[in-house]
Amino acid sequence: MASENRYCLPAGMPMPDPARSASFHHGFWEAARRHELAVQRCRSCATFQFGPEEICYKCHGFDLGWEQVAPRGKIYSWERIWHPSFPALKEACPYLVVLVELPHAGGVRMIGNLIGDQRRDPPIDGAVEAVFEDHDEGFTLVQWRLEK
Amino acid sequence: MLQRPGLSFEHMAGYTWREASAMAADVLTVKDKAAIVGLGETKYYKRGGAPVSEFRLACEAIMKAAQDAGIPVSQIDGLASYADDRNEPIRMASALGLSELHLSNIFWSGGGGGVAGAVGNAAAAVAAGYARYVCVYRALAQGQFYRFGAAPAPKSVTGNAMYTLPFGMGTAAQMIALRTRRFMHEHNVRQDALAAVAMASYHHAQFNPRAVMYGRPLTREQYDNSRWIVEPFHLYDCCMENDGAAAVIVTSAERARDMPHKPAYIMASAQGSGFRQGASVHNAPDYGTANFGTLAPRLYEMAGIKPADVDVVQSYENFTGAVVMSLVEHGFCAPEETNDFCCFENLTWPGGKLPINTSGGNLAECYVHGMELVVEAARQVRGTSTCQVRDCEISMVIAGPAVPLVSDLLLHA
Ligand SMILES: [Zn+2]
Repeated sequence: MASENRYCLPAGMPMPDPARSASFHHGFWEAARRHELAVQRCRSCATFQFGPEEICYKCHGFDLGWEQVAPRGKIYSWERIWHPSFPALKEACPYLVVLVELPHAGGVRMIGNLIGDQRRDPPIDGAVEAVFEDHDEGFTLVQWRLEK
Repeated sequence: MLQRPGLSFEHMAGYTWREASAMAADVLTVKDKAAIVGLGETKYYKRGGAPVSEFRLACEAIMKAAQDAGIPVSQIDGLASYADDRNEPIRMASALGLSELHLSNIFWSGGGGGVAGAVGNAAAAVAAGYARYVCVYRALAQGQFYRFGAAPAPKSVTGNAMYTLPFGMGTAAQMIALRTRRFMHEHNVRQDALAAVAMASYHHAQFNPRAVMYGRPLTREQYDNSRWIVEPFHLYDCCMENDGAAAVIVTSAERARDMPHKPAYIMASAQGSGFRQGASVHNAPDYGTANFGTLAPRLYEMAGIKPADVDVVQSYENFTGAVVMSLVEHGFCAPEETNDFCCFENLTWPGGKLPINTSGGNLAECYVHGMELVVEAARQVRGTSTCQVRDCEISMVIAGPAVPLVSDLLLHA
């Protein structure tokens, strides 16, 4: 990652817009802005669920909250993308996408970019930590890097 | 990982498939109640190559299917499709002057996972007496409309897309590559298995003059040297984009016996998904799979047959990795046997243990969203494929795969 580039991917990527999304999405993005990792959790039966949903799939309760969890996980799968699906990505290819599992939060998974050498194959099950990528437009993306 | 329902067929040992199938008769199914009796395809074009509109392609495929079945178009009284086909039944029925419309049916979901299920729906409607002649059709003019592979770049996104698109992740290839990588990791599957699927499709297309890739064989070197789209998928691991349309006519088994062509009887069809396969942001519990863990056992149970009874398979190729996972989940090999089983020799006509995609399919014949695979599966039962499997009795279509909603179809002679 070039040092002048504060972001994993170039400008021009689609920006998350939680304000225009259903309210059950808001907690994740508010926490990320505070550099915290939050996972939706049912207040009735304590089930973690992600992506967020309006109902708990386990007990069918509608009382869902957000729980701050340790910003760590392990790589469940990964891919290296060579074909740019947006014009903005032309210069960024190849780049790595990881699917990160959070064993301490019900095993939920999240998508992010992996910071570091984009040409090196990431280890599946490798431990990663969250990196909070603040954008001037007012949102924060949760990215990942291998733990030292 | 969830416990995958096992495929066990010990109780069928020593029986022919017809005997075993007859013993499964108490399972409530559509078995032997309906058949595919008409096949229609337009000429197949490269993307943007169709000189006519998508609607006209749909009309042509439906008219050809009716002609092949030996019935006037006006006698079609049911229309079924999938994948948000833009050519709505009510427009088709009015434009084609159908006498009456008794069924207007679509399999929900945007992908090719619905193609086998759409035929299953048609068979169920016929068996239930809702309609007499149901036409299942799909038309695609990716030149006239948008391209599937080129996701538009919105300035901002809402909902579930917030957790994927800002990371440059969201095309079908990117979604299925992640599942495939996990599968390859869990079972030590090599790239060679994916390459074998691509090469099998191209091999079969060389015998099929309808195929867009007819006359354009693929060598392993070309495969290896082709650019990565998203690892582990090379260019040749990804389906084409095309213009074309295909259709089949489904009617009752009773009527089918008096029609011009040998009927392809519908043995079984299964559709749907496993537990929380639609959980967003890649949270399906059973992840390194093509999502047939619950469908395949159901399909075999309904048909009363076992994997070894299947003579030929059309396995929807969105991406080769998903085909490999599909073959495993349908019991053609154990996960740990994948590298040995998924090789060019086994997957190709005429000598292979299990020839797949014998017309060239989505990779090399034409990407009609899998509808061309249903046509080919029926052709194998009729005995008229350009890669005709000898004494073909049971022909399978696997549709999806590795998407939240998938489906299967079994035909027999
Ligand atoms: Zn709950």
